[in-house]
Amino acid sequence: MPEQCQLQVEGTFPVTDSALRELADDPSSRKRFFKMLGGAGAVSAFSIALAACGDDDDEKDPAPAAKSPDDSNQSDLEILNYALTLEFLEADFYDKVIASGLVKDPKVVTIAKKFGSTEQTHVEALTATIKKLGGTPVSAPATKFEPTLDKGLKAVIETAATVENLGAAAYLGQAGNIKSKEVLASALAIHTVEARHAAALNTLAGRGFGDGKGGLKGALPDGAFAKPMDMKAVMAAIKPFLA
Amino acid sequence: MASSRLVAPELATIKVHGMTRESFLLRSTLAAGAAYGTLSATGLISKAIAESSSGDVDILNFALTLEYLETEFYTLAAKDVKGLSDYETKLTEKLRDDESKHVDALTATVKDLGGKPVAKPTFDFGGAFGSRASYLKTANTLEDTGVSAYNGAAPMIESTDVLAAAGSIVQIEARHAALIRLVRNVAPAPRAFDKASEMDAVLKAVKPFIAA
Repeated sequence: MPEQCQLQVEGTFPVTDSALRELADDPSSRKRFFKMLGGAGAVSAFSIALAACGDDDDEKDPAPAAKSPDDSNQSDLEILNYALTLEFLEADFYDKVIASGLVKDPKVVTIAKKFGSTEQTHVEALTATIKKLGGTPVSAPATKFEPTLDKGLKAVIETAATVENLGAAAYLGQAGNIKSKEVLASALAIHTVEARHAAALNTLAGRGFGDGKGGLKGALPDGAFAKPMDMKAVMAAIKPFLA
Repeated sequence: MASSRLVAPELATIKVHGMTRESFLLRSTLAAGAAYGTLSATGLISKAIAESSSGDVDILNFALTLEYLETEFYTLAAKDVKGLSDYETKLTEKLRDDESKHVDALTATVKDLGGKPVAKPTFDFGGAFGSRASYLKTANTLEDTGVSAYNGAAPMIESTDVLAAAGSIVQIEARHAALIRLVRNVAPAPRAFDKASEMDAVLKAVKPFIAA
């Protein structure tokens, strides 16, 4: 998966991306990173990113690998599979939007492709994590985005914004339920990326600054404090997009 | 940990429950180790940590320091930076107001937990407000640093209520980061996984702005 693993490098802000590449490529650097994060738990958190990058390092992983599911990680597995369902949905939406040719503005095309490949990376990372914890990853749901695509570009961007706002709210809603610190660290690392996507798409959708009352159709930063959504509310919200 | 290794000795002097930042760092490391089960041999230490709930206060005070910094940064930027578009001015004011609300919320939470909120440090943003470009570039760094700081500290939070509060703030920091990046014409979400920074890295990033 080398293509999905490509991290965009910006001349103006070179620190973060090269640091991740270094971590992925250099075992000693990776060890420093784990030590820095305070223990073996970080190994698992970071191995998610590595799994998404097709890591072939056979270094012993001290994380709870190949453990059969038990009560302690059963609920984390449920949360991970729920997140995986949402990521499948997002990745599929971006694929269909790009394939539709509706988006012409090169800047918007770049964003759609980048966000789509990021969601695909999340799918792969979550799948790898579920397997590592001894669970069975859910299959990609059958989706129904045609009605949205038929409505044209404006509806597509608004839907993308809504779906990303939903994703961010869904991760936030689960943070307190996650039992494993490693899974929590990974979920948080994805959560803020969903939030970045949401803010960018809210902007593209022409939404202004809000007061926190906009909900899923909310504003740029919608108030000073983000609102979580529970699983039931999220599943109800994505129902129109499931076939 | 030797003081000479600290990148921001100013912050090391912040006392929380009589602890310096150095002992917080040590304790955080131990707490993380305990949580991850890597320090099972040090049962006594783990037990002492498990019985203490002030770790969350330390993390909240660390976050409060960053929010003070961001609030002051945008407050000054709204006054001093020339050449911003209408949208950029509105964005600056919005970010200022959001960060100020984060300061209030963190201060209240520290008090709720029986802790003492850190005092606002004195900041010096140097030439950051000299141009639109340098302001936005610094804002970009601060927001990305804020996201990585929360993401790095959050797994160490013990209380689910505090975790929920931190999560609700960090999501807004991430949105801020994306908006600042958009006006700079750089990718709003450059990575598939946001970075989780250890405290020293965060302090190193903000050190140039802390005068005392």
